[in-house]
Amino acid sequence: MMNHILSIITFLPLVGVAAILTIARGSDSNARWIALFVTIAELVLSLVLWFNFDGSTAAFQFVESADWLGPGIGYRMGVDGISMLFVVLTAGLMPFCILASWESIDERVGEYMVAFLALETMMIGVFTSLDLILFYIFFEAGLIPMYLIIGVWGGKRRIYASYKFFLYTLLGSVLMLLAILYMYFQAGTTDIVTLLHFHFDPWAQRFLWLAFFASFAVKMPMWPVHTWLPDAHVEAPTAGSVILAGILLKMGGYGFLRFSIPMFASASEVFTPLVFVLSIVAIIYTSLVALAQEDIKKLIAYSSVAHMGFVTMGLFTLTQQGLDGGIFQMLSHGVVSGALFLCVGVIYDRMHTREITAYGGLVNRMPMYAACFMIFTLANVGLPGTGGFVGEFMTMLGAFLANTWVAIFAATGVILSAAYALYLYRRVVFGDLVKPALQTIQDLSKREVAILAPLVVITIAMGVYPKPVFDVTSASVANLITEHKAALAVEGARKLAQESVK
Amino acid sequence: MYSAIVFLPIIASAIAGLLGRFIGARASELITTGALFVSAALSVMAFYDVTMLGHSHTVQIMPWIYSGDLRVDWTIRVDALTGVMLVVVTGVSSLVHLYSIGYMAEDPHRPRFFSYLSFFTFAMLALVTANNFLQMFFGWEGVGVASYLLIGFWYKKPEANAAAIKAFIVNRVGDFGFALGIFGVFAVFGTLDFDAVFKAAPSMVGHTMHFGSWDIDTLTLLCLLLFVGAMGKSAQLGLHTWLPDAMEGPTPVSALIHAATMVTAGVFLVCRCSPMFEHAPVALEFVTFIGASTAFFAASVGLFQNDIKRVIAYSTCSQLGYMFVAAGVSAYGGAMFHLFTHAFFKALLFLSAGSVIHAMHHEQDMRKMGGLWKQIPFTWTMMLIGNLALTGVGIPLLGVGLAGFYSKDAIINSAYASHAPMAGYAFVLTLVAAGMTSFYSWRQFLMTFHGRYRGLDHQELSHSDSHSDAEDDDHGDHHAPALSEVHESPLVMLVPLGALALGAVFAGMAFTHYFLGEGSLNFWHGALGAIAGNGLKPMPEEFPLWVEFAPFVLTIAGFLVAWYYYILNPDLPRQMAAKRGLLYLFLYNKWYFDEVYDFLFVQPAQKIGRFLWKRGDGTVIDGLGPDGIAARVLDATRGAVRLQTGYVYHYAFAMLIGVVALVTWFMVAGATP
Repeated sequence: MMNHILSIITFLPLVGVAAILTIARGSDSNARWIALFVTIAELVLSLVLWFNFDGSTAAFQFVESADWLGPGIGYRMGVDGISMLFVVLTAGLMPFCILASWESIDERVGEYMVAFLALETMMIGVFTSLDLILFYIFFEAGLIPMYLIIGVWGGKRRIYASYKFFLYTLLGSVLMLLAILYMYFQAGTTDIVTLLHFHFDPWAQRFLWLAFFASFAVKMPMWPVHTWLPDAHVEAPTAGSVILAGILLKMGGYGFLRFSIPMFASASEVFTPLVFVLSIVAIIYTSLVALAQEDIKKLIAYSSVAHMGFVTMGLFTLTQQGLDGGIFQMLSHGVVSGALFLCVGVIYDRMHTREITAYGGLVNRMPMYAACFMIFTLANVGLPGTGGFVGEFMTMLGAFLANTWVAIFAATGVILSAAYALYLYRRVVFGDLVKPALQTIQDLSKREVAILAPLVVITIAMGVYPKPVFDVTSASVANLITEHKAALAVEGARKLAQESVK
Repeated sequence: MYSAIVFLPIIASAIAGLLGRFIGARASELITTGALFVSAALSVMAFYDVTMLGHSHTVQIMPWIYSGDLRVDWTIRVDALTGVMLVVVTGVSSLVHLYSIGYMAEDPHRPRFFSYLSFFTFAMLALVTANNFLQMFFGWEGVGVASYLLIGFWYKKPEANAAAIKAFIVNRVGDFGFALGIFGVFAVFGTLDFDAVFKAAPSMVGHTMHFGSWDIDTLTLLCLLLFVGAMGKSAQLGLHTWLPDAMEGPTPVSALIHAATMVTAGVFLVCRCSPMFEHAPVALEFVTFIGASTAFFAASVGLFQNDIKRVIAYSTCSQLGYMFVAAGVSAYGGAMFHLFTHAFFKALLFLSAGSVIHAMHHEQDMRKMGGLWKQIPFTWTMMLIGNLALTGVGIPLLGVGLAGFYSKDAIINSAYASHAPMAGYAFVLTLVAAGMTSFYSWRQFLMTFHGRYRGLDHQELSHSDSHSDAEDDDHGDHHAPALSEVHESPLVMLVPLGALALGAVFAGMAFTHYFLGEGSLNFWHGALGAIAGNGLKPMPEEFPLWVEFAPFVLTIAGFLVAWYYYILNPDLPRQMAAKRGLLYLFLYNKWYFDEVYDFLFVQPAQKIGRFLWKRGDGTVIDGLGPDGIAARVLDATRGAVRLQTGYVYHYAFAMLIGVVALVTWFMVAGATP
């Protein structure tokens, strides 16, 4: 089984899709149970994958390869230390999404579960494919179920939100496709492993880098192409937000790690200042914007943009700590922001509003909820001992090593995040319970406890003992840095040779 | 044993927090308090072991962050410096737990309260037992959160919530510096372990490092950055604004966190890093300057406060300034000694104030008190001892006195003896502050316990103090009881007071030999300024007579002035307040720090945020981007109303077609060449 485990993990959800469309047709309850069963099976499989993963090497593991679309384009799969844990993150968040939709989705349940399972296949495919075309297909096709989730099960302004989402991503995908075609004609293959060692012409690299950047920056999202995210989050159903913040955003960061930095080494070097500036602007600008929000989900969405700013900053420091930290920040943000959106979902299900002013004093009737929300808020603020701290600390440490100004500006974000997160918490949870509508609000149900309690445990475990994550990532990250340096050296030598010829 | 000291409180906290609703409030109280007493007993043993016997220990718990060269472990380090802190933290914490059983008896959320208290203690212990900068930062932020939770414990009070957030954010401003300092330490030394860093520190003398756009002396920069963190946590001038507001929390919390332990973490940080500070004279001068300025500033604000807890809060702020003065002139032993004695008498003062507040049915305004000593004689005695210790009463020539007499005078003396450029400034300000300390302490004491009982004359109050600002309104909803209703607190609250009073009386006398005198080398065992060595000279025995007597005289003077104003002529202060002289207003309004910060930072942040959101995101980005495009598209295709339906499906479908087309194209292209 281990020979084909990646294909199994990637395509197993499609089996669930088939099951829902055939045997569970018309039965909402069956659709739910099938989806839950499949996603849990996925989680188990991904954990098996993790335990069998060898963290001491940077090589791709569990590699599968088959002919597919003719010469140079193959069906190739594999994971290394960079992609490994994103598979686990995806598989890990999915069961929570299904559980969170258990009662809140009561229309077209079968289709909803199909969308989610299809989405899971696409997302895992993004992280496991070792061929550019295969990657691109997963990368783009994953958007379809997401459009549907926002557009069909979303809120009042869902059309506007999905339109905005589409417009932004369209621009990025077109440019990336052109870049992929160019790369194919240059290198004669779309095999990622080969391309990792292929030296593109320095000038071509810059255009390729920008083309990929257009796509990944929108996904992250980086300032100033972030405005689709708050709208998408606000309109998406709870589970949709969880996936959006937890995994879709990470595709951008993963793209930087897998393509931009290793394949276009010198261009990455050239554009690093640009990334730093955009990251810092994202951190400070969106934190300030978050401070002024009136909608709970929008506030968390803006906070996501700020947190992703730490990621892009960390990745482009090209230091071990910055890269390890960036990956960790993506993983922990996936858990924490997912958990925060689930927390919003809990009260949204009860009150059907996301307006901050509609709440206040929830702690009086919902002490368990208040405790969970507090822990995730503190993790979001980057409190040491929670998952949120490790990534933030290490990306800033990496930034300090690369450029102290970047670290100084980024560190102000730590103050601002405390301000907007605690201010939100105060307005929603603390205070006296005076709003008449809230007088009968109920604390967490057993199902909700089953959702939030494991996330609390994971959040704290990631903060106290993050070593298992670094055991997986370190070797691949170290290799990435070494190869990046080597590529720069090769290019430098070429340039010298050319100059001496002249 | 060392693990038990640190982990007992967190285990107890988890039990009380998670299971409190099942096991009940009484069980939660007993478990947390019991765990703390065990932890305290073990701490005393550890203290004896590391100071008197000279052993020091490190216990590895487990790895934390491993990435490249960065290797950080969870470790418990117990040396003499930690030993002192262990005794202070667990000692005061266990007494405060005990006291809280009485003080919080009527609160419905006791399990939560005791869980928070124990969690705080754990975080503080993690801070003082840290063996590297990062674990210290863990404890540092952990106590910050505990403080946030406890200040906001009464979550229905808007002021408490505001104060809690303020405390956390102002501390974060300090942590901003602390974090940059940690990054810098790693960038320079390649490690975050204390021993390795301190060992390498002397070799960095004279080196500069690039920071921002400047090249700065390495150790000076690192020490200054770390000190910014210390300023936040220890409420030093500029970052002090959160401490007085933190008094919104329950009084036992004020005693434990905002007097005896957490706020001294900054002093501990400087002492812990003394091997670095010793080589950074500029940083030390800055420490002295800030310390002395804070000592003076906070004492001056304390002169005219009317809330019994705020007076003590400003006093704490001021005393922390003294500690930094000592550290700044390299008298780290003096800083730690004052930290040690201060913990006893300041906790005593706070808990006594709590006892007064308890007796007064949660009235905190001293203008509504007076003449209480007959009703609550034990509290009166305790407050008296606390004040005598704080003001440093003793007999100069014999060298006998209460706790503050030894530690505070030692600081003033070392400022006098030091040749550092800032020392003269520090000497004058700390001396003046000593006089003011005496005045506000006795003013508070006399207003509370002596003179006429004013609890029931509201009318008169509102006349004389018509300028009731927000702070006065805070406590307007309480109704002071009739004097005959004022009763002494229960025994469970008085016992901790007695224990702390013993410390306030004898801690100075008993330990001065070890902390400062000839015994100090065999007490610290190299935990302070070890590499430099010059921080650990025993105090000179002889000072000019006037230096010895100056604090004594000023203390007496402060008392006499207070007596004159508040007992002999009780109408004078009210007339002064009514006149609203400039200096009075300036001091009463705390030098207007809050107003200035509000104007400079708080208001603009909200406005800028709203501006960026509406104009930046809304008008510019969306206007030029998606909305603009939409408008053009709509212009072009009039009557595109039908786009409203099935809109998403169109795009999804278009997307799918694109993918299919791509695959087809590749299949064709792949087949032909």
